[in-house]
Amino acid sequence: MQDRYRKQELFIGKEGQSRMEKSKIVLIGMGALGSASAEMLVRAGIGELVLIDRDYVELHNLQRQQLYTEEDAAAYLPKASAAAKRLKAINQHVKLQSVIENVDHHNIEQLMEGADVILDATDNFETRLLVNDAALKHGIPYLYGACVGSYGVTCPILANGDAPCLHCLLEQLPQQSETCDTAGIIGPIVQWVAAVQVTQALRLLSGQKLKAELCAFDIWTGDYSRVDVRGLRDASCPSCGMDAVLPFLNGAEQTRLDVLCGREAVHIRPGAKKSLNLPALAEEWAFAVDHVTANEHLLAFRYREHRIVLFTDGRAIIHGIDDIVRARSLYDSLVG
Amino acid sequence: MSIKLNGREHELSADIQNVAQLLGSLSLENRIVIVELNKEIISKSAYADQPVRDGDKVELVHFVGGG
Repeated sequence: MQDRYRKQELFIGKEGQSRMEKSKIVLIGMGALGSASAEMLVRAGIGELVLIDRDYVELHNLQRQQLYTEEDAAAYLPKASAAAKRLKAINQHVKLQSVIENVDHHNIEQLMEGADVILDATDNFETRLLVNDAALKHGIPYLYGACVGSYGVTCPILANGDAPCLHCLLEQLPQQSETCDTAGIIGPIVQWVAAVQVTQALRLLSGQKLKAELCAFDIWTGDYSRVDVRGLRDASCPSCGMDAVLPFLNGAEQTRLDVLCGREAVHIRPGAKKSLNLPALAEEWAFAVDHVTANEHLLAFRYREHRIVLFTDGRAIIHGIDDIVRARSLYDSLVG
Repeated sequence: MSIKLNGREHELSADIQNVAQLLGSLSLENRIVIVELNKEIISKSAYADQPVRDGDKVELVHFVGGG
């Protein structure tokens, strides 16, 4: 069949192509980055792709999430299924597995079983640090990538006992961070981040080594920066250091969600308490939320038709919802 | 004074004298940032003590979570 890969094979070689076709990549998240990476990998002839996402397609995704259509949004199709439908039409030879689940410390190891590479396309740091723990435990390379606004950043987490892990780089779960819902996003930066991640995957699968390098690009201003992070490996890191406890994989740092009975509301408690600057958040979120009320303990507002009360320690109550996966998705799209 | 920030000339006002102030001027003070100053990575605890001088080469990468 393989005339279809002729031009790629000229570049990565016969052996590289043959490895591609025998390899398995797990994609965590099927939003903008996941859509872009999946399409490139499927066109490149990856052997097997696992598509994981907890959410369904909405109209406001279509501006940048390239695999989805207006029909998918009208039918509330889960992203993992809508993606598989489109990807199957692009290349019927790729084995696809759709997983419509929230990734947590109970299921991550099973979801990534047999993966040669894990590609990061999620929208929050907690899931990233969880995947980081699991990837380190099983020695699977994990390609961090993220974007907001016109800015994107990538770094391969090599799990080779030498380079820093994502936990070494971040040191801690960020207190708050910009998200695509609060700061906006333009499509071209998604393509840049996904292109870098997929290139890293192609290199790994062709037997090449990657440098532990943090790479960032603002596609609007043209600012590009690159930092060699080899020296940032932390010997006391809880995820990859000498006494590693894998705090995200063992569940200690995991956010808890409970449905508040009789109130059609979900209570969210971060695993590690935050200390949010609520007035600053209210200002940052001016375009995303409305009906804002604030006092020294909390911020109450309306966001995508839900009344949300957010406390300084990061706890939140989301009203008008009893689906905890959906509630988590709303929380992450705001708080990051 | 001027520094080279991510490979480009960047003018700094006179009141910016250390890494913490530089991050503040770029609205990055609440972000998780990796700062490389003249090829050396500066630890987060040293941002307020680390002077920034005319002609310094600074590479800045901040982490974001969207995707």
